[in-house]
Amino acid sequence: MKNIFKSSIGRKIAMALSGIFLIVFLTQHFLINITSVFSEDIFNMLSHFMGNNPLVQFVLQPVLIAGVLFHFVMGFILEWQNRKARPVTYAMYKGSKNSMFVSRNMIISGIVILSFLVLHFYDFWVPEMDYKYIQSLPEDPNRYYEELIHKFENPVRVGLYCLSFIFLALHLVHGLSSSTQSLGTNNKYATTIEKISFAFGIAIPLGFCFIALYHFFIHF
Amino acid sequence: MKKITYSLNYRKPKEEYTENCELTVCVRYYQKLDDGKHKVVKKSTGVKCKLKDWDSDWHKAENRHPIKSTDSNYLEKNRIIRNKSIDLHSFIKDLKPLKNISSFNSKVPNGPLHLKWSNHKNDVRLVSPANKRNIDIIVVGTGLAGGSACATLAEQGYNVKAFCFQDSSRRAHSIAAQGGINAAKNYQGDGDSVYRLFYDTIKGGDYRSRESNVYRLAEVSSSIIDQCVAQGVPFAREYGGLLDNRSFGGVLVSRTFYAKGQTGQQLLLGAYSAMNRQVARGKIEMFTRHEMMDIVVVEGKARGIITRNLITGEIEKHSAHAVVLASGGYGNLFYLSTNAMGSNVSAAWKVHKKGALFANPSFTQIHPTCIPVSGDYQSKLTLMSESLRNDGRIWVPKKIEDAKKISEGTLKPIDLNEEDRDYYLERRYPAFGNLVPRDVASRAAKERCDAGYGVNKTGEAVFLDFSSAIIRYGKEKALVKGLDTEDMDLVKSLGEGVIRAKYGNLFQMYEKIVDENPYKTPMMIYPAVHYTMGGLWVDYNLMTTIPGCYAIGEANFSDHGANRLGASALMQGLADGYFVLPNTINDYLADDIKTGPIPNDKPEFDEAKKNVEEKIEKLISNKGSKSVDFFHKKLGKIIWNNCGMSRNETDLKKAIKDIQNLRSDFYNNIKVTGDKNSFNESLAKALRVADFMELGELFAVDALNRNESCGGHFREEYQTKEGEALRNDDDYRFVSAWEYNPIIEFSKLHKEHLDFENVELKSRSYK
Amino acid sequence: MKLYLKIWRQKNSQSKGKIVDYEIDDISPDMSFLEMMDVLNEKIIDEDGDPVAFDHDCREGICGSCSMFINGEPHGPDKLITTCQLHMRRFKDGDTIYIEPFRAKAFPIIKDLVVDRTAFDRIQQSGGFISINTSGNTLDANTIPIEKENADKAFDAATCIGCGACVASCKNSSAMLFVSAKVSQFSLLPQGKVEATDRVLNMVNQMDEEGFGNCTNTGACHVECPKGISLDYIAKLNREYVKANLKK
Repeated sequence: MKNIFKSSIGRKIAMALSGIFLIVFLTQHFLINITSVFSEDIFNMLSHFMGNNPLVQFVLQPVLIAGVLFHFVMGFILEWQNRKARPVTYAMYKGSKNSMFVSRNMIISGIVILSFLVLHFYDFWVPEMDYKYIQSLPEDPNRYYEELIHKFENPVRVGLYCLSFIFLALHLVHGLSSSTQSLGTNNKYATTIEKISFAFGIAIPLGFCFIALYHFFIHF
Repeated sequence: MKKITYSLNYRKPKEEYTENCELTVCVRYYQKLDDGKHKVVKKSTGVKCKLKDWDSDWHKAENRHPIKSTDSNYLEKNRIIRNKSIDLHSFIKDLKPLKNISSFNSKVPNGPLHLKWSNHKNDVRLVSPANKRNIDIIVVGTGLAGGSACATLAEQGYNVKAFCFQDSSRRAHSIAAQGGINAAKNYQGDGDSVYRLFYDTIKGGDYRSRESNVYRLAEVSSSIIDQCVAQGVPFAREYGGLLDNRSFGGVLVSRTFYAKGQTGQQLLLGAYSAMNRQVARGKIEMFTRHEMMDIVVVEGKARGIITRNLITGEIEKHSAHAVVLASGGYGNLFYLSTNAMGSNVSAAWKVHKKGALFANPSFTQIHPTCIPVSGDYQSKLTLMSESLRNDGRIWVPKKIEDAKKISEGTLKPIDLNEEDRDYYLERRYPAFGNLVPRDVASRAAKERCDAGYGVNKTGEAVFLDFSSAIIRYGKEKALVKGLDTEDMDLVKSLGEGVIRAKYGNLFQMYEKIVDENPYKTPMMIYPAVHYTMGGLWVDYNLMTTIPGCYAIGEANFSDHGANRLGASALMQGLADGYFVLPNTINDYLADDIKTGPIPNDKPEFDEAKKNVEEKIEKLISNKGSKSVDFFHKKLGKIIWNNCGMSRNETDLKKAIKDIQNLRSDFYNNIKVTGDKNSFNESLAKALRVADFMELGELFAVDALNRNESCGGHFREEYQTKEGEALRNDDDYRFVSAWEYNPIIEFSKLHKEHLDFENVELKSRSYK
Repeated sequence: MKLYLKIWRQKNSQSKGKIVDYEIDDISPDMSFLEMMDVLNEKIIDEDGDPVAFDHDCREGICGSCSMFINGEPHGPDKLITTCQLHMRRFKDGDTIYIEPFRAKAFPIIKDLVVDRTAFDRIQQSGGFISINTSGNTLDANTIPIEKENADKAFDAATCIGCGACVASCKNSSAMLFVSAKVSQFSLLPQGKVEATDRVLNMVNQMDEEGFGNCTNTGACHVECPKGISLDYIAKLNREYVKANLKK
């Protein structure tokens, strides 16, 4: 048992589990954000809860960061190992004949998402940490909505966000169904699960896109 | 009392001779007639022997010879007189079997047929597990016979060194066997039994196989199935979870176990997995990409082999206490065959050259259902399993003009009316129909095509039609499902589904090669070389005439006589490897428990190695102009045209001359490029073809010698009015075992007479 | 027809290889791909060159010897076949064809297009068997009925010919499909269940040691597999592996 994550299957299961964990987080993130479209108050309330609940702040947040880091680091390790497994490459390789582009290029979509995360942290997380823990400003439960729409005034940023969401969709389309495969689902629901994960992988990022564009155009 | 004895040719009263007088040895046939008188035939052998060297009590023990070892040349002399007696034997009918005095002894145990094998197993000596650890065995070839032998010998505790020329033992050509494996399980309750399987095999082989061996084969057949299921071989099953069977040619029961059209693959992978287990235990040492170049005989016993590492070109010496040959058949002699490209006779031929007799070389099986030749560039032929004849019907047009139109492409076969089709097998053999044995089906196809009814461009193809099976199955399926049985489109598509489940991979294979859809239009097939019943002569223990050298599987001659029944090759390979050899080899190795490791630095090893190196040097340095394939193709053409499905004296004599000429041309004009010390396939091929060049001649010599038609050997001179094979049991009820002679035409024939005590010799009828 | 071939030539495992151009004429569309290679080799021998080395044996798609990467795909553009079953009618006059060996660190090149696939043998030796005595003193074959569905599934897994197309096509050079087929064949049968735990652990361990890459579920292996072995077996392998790890 102790060696499980040293093996190739163990690593792939670890990728799947951390990926699913991140998808759960993403869903939660999306559900909170979407409230900003129809109710400023609910959005502020939920954001305030997430930002000030000690369980969320001091337990879930570090776990999430660890999960993100793990998923990325593991992804890079796997990619490095996989490249090592074929030292001389083919002169002619037609991957498109046997697999989806997205599945072969998870590392690219992953890197784009990573860069996006840097931007996203810079936009929200860093100011938030600064606000709460460095400057220790007084808590204002209604500031979140304002901050949000303020961020989506800049068309370049909105563009970058939307682009990143597209890459996120590409990543999830393969990632989610791949996770279920890694975890060994092959029963009569397998095709249904695959279809659902495909739809889900597109729906969540599209939803995020929608939120960004909504605020951009409404407050333009 | 009728027997052959030896005596000295005294010309005066015995007392007048001194012990140093030399006398001629005679062979005498001594017969007591009914009226009490004696009849004596006496023949001089030309061998002389001093009186003091004569053992007058030679007949009292099996291992005593008439000429004692005090004579400096006693071995040779004994051999000559023995051969004379064999010659005499063939002149005289109704003779008791000869008492064997040389190594040419089939060693069939006494006792009733059904007890021979169990008695023998009780009689043979055993080797203790502690001693087995000190004994090495070399196995050449890792197909079904070799793989299973390796696994079982290693399981017993011997140290096995396994050799194959492929990159993995799993790739041996047994893997390509399609249809199935026979076993007398009688799971179907259709009256099958060990005796019936035995009888069918003897009859199918046209009474040219050894009764005792065939019975043993039938006896162990059901253990094979048990064994393979336990190993995880996924045989086809019925919905109840029990094993399914199908029927094969030449029999009236369903005793063939199968795994779709890939039975050979599944069985080989089973043997391969059993081998893997022993490799992991360190009991088998695998030498892949190694080709056997020669056998090493030390003090009259097989003690090792010389191999060539196909990657580095290195010539290696390997020693062991015994050598087992499981090197398969030599169908590639014909160039175009269903064998794998690498299948060859070299290992067996090298052993033959060192003293092992080669039995029935001309007994070849031409398989009736292969994809026809399409052009000159063709490198191999593809078999369509015999199992297809369970559901396919073979036909050609009734009218020759229809055949012309079809071959020109102006008439489609599906448009030809039922009454204009000639289902010639059903017509000629109503009892067995499309499921007659292979030799019969092949000849019938040739007969129709020779008469001008062939249906493709070359005129060498007949139809194998599934349309009636598709409709039959489709209706059945529709009925079960409660659908409309009159809706032909529905019925056809349901039927195609059933056929696909049964033979899907074969149909796909056909479509890929021919580019026609066999579900919609009948398949075209023609006979092609498939299997060689002939091979190294072995005794009941599967030992060749070189002590310590065994031959198993297709490499030996023993079980199939003049024609093999479908699904029996897999059975024989596994029977030999799993169950027969591991029992009989102990008896021989019991003498070797104190021998210790066999050194590989004896002069015999060095000499054999030197010979191999010289031969390679000769080939690679020859400044010729023609490639190996050129010669191989030419040889194949000579054999196919003159020694193929039907043979006659003129053609065979011509073939012998042609091969001799081709062989000298080969050594003068061969061109092998590349390096001898690296991976060099054309060199490996040249070495194999060199041996085919010699075997080919013996093949024709054997066919010429056998003045009868039996099984796959059809001599045009010997046929019935209806064109069926005409056997000559009085003169040719023997196994032709040839002793090597550098002038192959002069190879010496030894005859092992076949006695049929348990079946009645009948002319084979499938009508 | 006339073809332009770009073939990987490499003298031995130590030397560096390169793509060499050949032109070949008078190719009949009915030829198999390997027969076209035979024609090429005859031509090279004629010009005193060293013929192109490639693995091949049965030439009917079952032995698994042939291992060519043709125009960017293992066994060429057609699906569900091996190289030897590929026919020239699949190509057009004037086509350029890239012919490379199966590439992976675990499949070192021996010469030209010949690769060493003994890694597969070693994986099998680590556990791809059922440990029973081969003396024949086992149960009668019909003692244990096996559900037809499972028997058929085991057969489908067992049809693997060990050619290595899965590894060659995978962008990660992963051998997961091969290993999953072997593990599943045995674990689907009652006879193989007894040793299932150790088998899967040992075989996966050996696979990793051989230097194959990690599976990222691209599915290329299953598309290119000449026997069409399903990805389901990989899912099954994953499950078996976790189960085995929980047990041990």
